[in-house]
Amino acid sequence: MNGLVGHSVTLLALTFAVLGSAAAFIGAWTKNARYVQWAQRAGVAVFVLVAIAFATMERALITHDFSVSYVAQVGSRTTPLFYTVISLWSALEGSILLWALILSGYTALLVRWSRRREQDVDDPQLSYALGTLLFVNVFFLLLISWPANPFKTMSPVPLDGPGPNALLQNSPFMGVHPPMLYTGYVGMSVPFSLAVGALLAGRLDSDWPRVIRRWTLIPWTFLSLGIMAGAWWSYEVLGWGGYWAWDPVENASFMPWLTATAFLHSVMVQERRGMLKMWTITLIVGTFLLTVLGTFLTRSGVLASVHAFTQSPIGPFFLAFLAIVLLGSLALLGWRSETLQSEGRFDAALSRETAFMVNNLLFAAFAFVVLLGTMFPLIAEAARGSKVSVGGPYFNEMSVPIALLLVFLAGVGPALPWRKGSLELLRGKFRWPSIVALVAGVVLAAVGVREPLALLTFVLAVFSAGLLVAEIAAPVRVRRRANGEGVLVALWRVATSNRRRYGGYVVHAGILVIAVGIAASAAFRREAEWTIQRGGTGTVGRYRIQFDSVWAVKESNRDGVIAATTVYMGDNLATKLSPRLNYYPTAVEPIGTPAVRESLREDLYLVLMAYTQDGQSATIKAIVSPMVGWIWLGGYIVGLGALFALWRSRAEASRRAAQLDTEKGRLASEALR
Amino acid sequence: MAMSGRKAGLVIGAGVVVLVFAYLVWGGIGNNLVYFLTPTELLAKGSSVYGSSVRLGGIVAPGSIKWNADTHELRFRLEDANSQAMIDVVSTGLPPQMFSEGIGAVVEGTWSPDGVFHSHNLMVKHSNEYRAPPPGAKPAEYYRQLFKKQQS
Repeated sequence: MNGLVGHSVTLLALTFAVLGSAAAFIGAWTKNARYVQWAQRAGVAVFVLVAIAFATMERALITHDFSVSYVAQVGSRTTPLFYTVISLWSALEGSILLWALILSGYTALLVRWSRRREQDVDDPQLSYALGTLLFVNVFFLLLISWPANPFKTMSPVPLDGPGPNALLQNSPFMGVHPPMLYTGYVGMSVPFSLAVGALLAGRLDSDWPRVIRRWTLIPWTFLSLGIMAGAWWSYEVLGWGGYWAWDPVENASFMPWLTATAFLHSVMVQERRGMLKMWTITLIVGTFLLTVLGTFLTRSGVLASVHAFTQSPIGPFFLAFLAIVLLGSLALLGWRSETLQSEGRFDAALSRETAFMVNNLLFAAFAFVVLLGTMFPLIAEAARGSKVSVGGPYFNEMSVPIALLLVFLAGVGPALPWRKGSLELLRGKFRWPSIVALVAGVVLAAVGVREPLALLTFVLAVFSAGLLVAEIAAPVRVRRRANGEGVLVALWRVATSNRRRYGGYVVHAGILVIAVGIAASAAFRREAEWTIQRGGTGTVGRYRIQFDSVWAVKESNRDGVIAATTVYMGDNLATKLSPRLNYYPTAVEPIGTPAVRESLREDLYLVLMAYTQDGQSATIKAIVSPMVGWIWLGGYIVGLGALFALWRSRAEASRRAAQLDTEKGRLASEALR
Repeated sequence: MAMSGRKAGLVIGAGVVVLVFAYLVWGGIGNNLVYFLTPTELLAKGSSVYGSSVRLGGIVAPGSIKWNADTHELRFRLEDANSQAMIDVVSTGLPPQMFSEGIGAVVEGTWSPDGVFHSHNLMVKHSNEYRAPPPGAKPAEYYRQLFKKQQS
């Protein structure tokens, strides 16, 4: 029953998406408002139908309806309710269903927003965009209608299922990380559709960069937080004490983040100076292409084939979709290249435009480095038939210099003025931050921080942070002097006077904090592994870890073995940590839950590796990672900064509304004439 | 004329930057490739792969596992399916639970002139698919037994 409902609703949604997409294009082409209205209604209908399909799948999972193929694949009567609910995205078919839900949700949002804008049909940009976005919907709905259909009927109906992938039911964080990441990843379809709409309509006027920027910043924020959440999950669950392994799946989420970040910067140059138009629109198209490519690489089994794992039937579909999008976008860009000519020119080498240019080149180079490293095994296998993989050191060697330059630019860019900066101005601005950074470097070296790369990162981060603080402090000082306001009042007034700019500064500050955390945890990590008798101890860094006992617990979906340890620093008891191993019926190997003592100074990370059956000894791995917590802290700061930039004050909203009203009045009077 | 000169300079500058970047990336990839080899292929390559990263896949030779519980050093031999070629492997740290004689294993590391493969990462080959264990099997038991076996 659930299977029938789910599949029918999916097919209906597919039909509406096809019709809606066609109606939007026809309406935009023939300037027929009725068609556009029909397309908008179809867009909302697709969302409602996909939401019903999603709810049906949840119901099937919760009620253990094993006649539905996906439930038989990931469901189990013993899985706790929470993990049953989130198991919807624990395998391929379900994750595409989640993808479709988010995509159709964005479609409905775009419709709502277009209606509120009350766009005249004479300006078909939004209708073309809706048609494009619905076309993307068609593709994903096609996937879950046919090759990745989660609603197939099982016969005979199994009595029970294996439960979700053991790794995914090992941490409640799996309820947060995938939806967050998908909301960012899938959301990149919206700016892509708006860009295609603008190209098709030939309307690349001053308004579209602002609009597309906003529609990019929303998914960008989710993508940033989703990537951070993934890193945190990897750290908290996988038990290797690291958070990033340049795994294809990680790279797939990181590449569009890089190009979207480049876009968010270059679009400012376009908005301000009318330059880099072609480049900017290429970036947003490229971002979307990278999300499709990333999904293809990680979900079709093509990269995993290097490790001789199973194939999945959706590969050719993705390849075809990728080819359509790529060729279509290239044709559009070539066709409209005339309208993408630069209006402005570079006036001077020392200007914010130049800083943005360099920033964009660095982000593009970074994305290329990651793309090449991710794709190289495929290229090598196709070209020479040799099986290779690209080691982590390649990514680190290549990305560290680029990242260091970006850390430097995170402070220098905002400090440079538009058009033309003078050396005197820069000397004034750079003096104090340079002095502070150099002093910090000398002090750090004196206290024993001698790792060159880490030291360089710290110095550059302090320098950039100094420049950012100065950029905020200057207008605050002016306000205080002029209006006699208190520091906090003046700071708030300055920050809310230009949310985009100061939100951006906060994001930069968060990135600096993350950079410091990465450098410190990579350079000064220590680890040890001991087999300890009961009551015995092992020492790593400042910590002495005593193994107290080991016992077993039985839970509905798994068995656990827990080791109790006491951690001493010097002679003082610091904390008690209990790493555990979990045995899932479906997993051949136990999955650990590390125990972590977190602090901003350093994390102590304990993993239970093994134990003897009599409980007399255990093998424990201990990892000390300095400042790893700064990475998560920086992630929060980035998220706060982005939210601050996105938040529209009431005054701003009413100003926009007034602007739109005058525009509407103008259009109306033109129509009457 | 001054404009075109500036433009030409920009193009040349950009070209140089791109070339240098391409050279660096190419070199970076070349130095960090990990080759997937079998024991026979490794022996055939001989001294040419000393020091470079290799992922070696084979079968753990029966009777070859030696575990030192004090130093956490694990020694074993990897052989081809037809038992023609054998490579001595040394790795540090407790192996995965499934590790045992006759099982397929993959080690990542380097081969040195002393004929020993130094592994920094040991993986046991099993399908990525999650399957229910055969009836009556208790994965947790395997692990305990394995650990006891290694202790002795």
